[in-house]
Amino acid sequence: MNWPLWGSILLCFAVVLALSIAIERLVFRPLRMQRPEVMLIATFAVAFLLQSIALLWFGSLGKIATSLAFLNRVWSVGGVDIRKISIVSILVAAACLGLLQLLLQRTEVGLHMRAASSDFATARLLGVRANRVISGAVLISGLLAAVVAVMMTVQTPLVTPDFALDNTIVVLAGVVLGGLNRPVAATLGGFSIGFASGLLGGALPTEKSQYLPSFLFAAVIVVLLVRPNGLFTRRGAVERV
Amino acid sequence: MRRVVAIEQLGAPVILVVVAALLGAVVSTATETYFVNALVMVSIVVAIYIFVGNSGVVSFGHISFVALGAWTAGVLTVPASEKPAIMPNLAGFLRHTTVGNVPSLALAAGVGAAFAFVVGLALMRLSGLAAGIATFGVLEIVHNVLQYYEKIGPGLNTFSSVPETTGLLQACVAAVIAICVAFAYQRSRYGRLLRATREDPYAAAASGISIYRQRLVAFVLSGAVAGFAGGIYVHLLPLNTDALYLDLTFITLAMLVIGGASSLWGAVVGALAVSALDSFLAEAENGLKILGWTLNLPAGTRVVVEGALMAAVLILRPSGITGGREFRLPRSWR
Repeated sequence: MNWPLWGSILLCFAVVLALSIAIERLVFRPLRMQRPEVMLIATFAVAFLLQSIALLWFGSLGKIATSLAFLNRVWSVGGVDIRKISIVSILVAAACLGLLQLLLQRTEVGLHMRAASSDFATARLLGVRANRVISGAVLISGLLAAVVAVMMTVQTPLVTPDFALDNTIVVLAGVVLGGLNRPVAATLGGFSIGFASGLLGGALPTEKSQYLPSFLFAAVIVVLLVRPNGLFTRRGAVERV
Repeated sequence: MRRVVAIEQLGAPVILVVVAALLGAVVSTATETYFVNALVMVSIVVAIYIFVGNSGVVSFGHISFVALGAWTAGVLTVPASEKPAIMPNLAGFLRHTTVGNVPSLALAAGVGAAFAFVVGLALMRLSGLAAGIATFGVLEIVHNVLQYYEKIGPGLNTFSSVPETTGLLQACVAAVIAICVAFAYQRSRYGRLLRATREDPYAAAASGISIYRQRLVAFVLSGAVAGFAGGIYVHLLPLNTDALYLDLTFITLAMLVIGGASSLWGAVVGALAVSALDSFLAEAENGLKILGWTLNLPAGTRVVVEGALMAAVLILRPSGITGGREFRLPRSWR
């Protein structure tokens, strides 16, 4: 089956969006009033389920996605070779962040979301519709995930059922490290863990480089001990228990 | 009256475990493996319960204690003559020292407790999501170090040549020990103080309870039981680092939540129920005959069915099969 490029990207978005809506309706909505750890385990169960469906469907060896391979070509800027994907991904990330920030700060839905994230119960009392806010948030995160998925197939064309699992774990740590309250803080957290990983990778001698994850997570733990609410949160922010 | 309740609460999980072991003894040898495995899962889940159930703080790090226990018991029980073949880079005394089955389990528990203490000293200050991520970090670090540090174990290889002493009897005794430890702890002064902090941290702190100290006590105790369970596990089958990583973390946490995280009864029921389902589906994938009718599922359906069921239980009964309560006989029976 050979789909045109726009077709496969559209399909990717459609599938991811449909999945996020389905998960929100079937899993998150019934569980909204439950304790956070139940929610957390439920998300694991969903991930487990989707991963095993992918395993049944596509097999464990994975498939090669080459539709965007042209972005891997280099682009010479003043004698420096840069892969096109590096530039494209920076631009796309910046655009996504800008749009997200606009949405959160300038629209009514965004205002509702921010209100719900700071105090869910009070926000509902004041007329914020919980279902709308949560499904909106799930939809947006699904959309962003689809963007990431498309970009990542360029970096790593081999798509397996555990595609990007390691990255997800590291990024989750990064987001908590930055602070969950504001998108800017979370983004900075993601960046700092990326930079730390790059720096550590360069600084460690070759025979120690296999221990890179250990150093990285040790650093994460130390930072969390010093600033449990995140590196880039405002002081005096309420602790999320 | 209180004594009757205590007998019920300790007796029910112990009887359940013993019944499972007895059932395992009458079935074929191939099926027996499933029962032994389920009993080992009971030990691991009870270990996690001691901390997670009583404190209400989720920990993703407990499988790292299991892994350390497995490594300790494994390295120390491989016969000295076979060590150079499978673990050529072992350091110092580990190379020639070999201990028996029981001492290896005791040492595994000790290492689990010691590591949990060191980690807990720092981590028990955290709660909520930060605690979750930090304990996850501990799992990542232990996994990473065990995988590459060949002076203390087989590294990326599988732990072969460990004496396979864990049969039905040892697995059953271990599960009963874990249950008794958990029960003694939750009825003790410390257990009650920690449960008070779970129900209302502010009221508990205002009554003079140190949340940090109580969590640390539970963390160390559950680290000891987890290390012990790891020792039991490595004596059952040859393990490697990937067998003691994300999949085991998720499945054991799922067992705990599905059973009902806030009771010992829930931990035991969850571990046995999910193990039973897992074994049933594994058999069904190979073609299972029920009442002269063959059930044959395509390979891989097991995980799909399990994931779906897990989600379903969580949605329909979020506090677990047991509702997070200890076992009680119906009133008319008393």
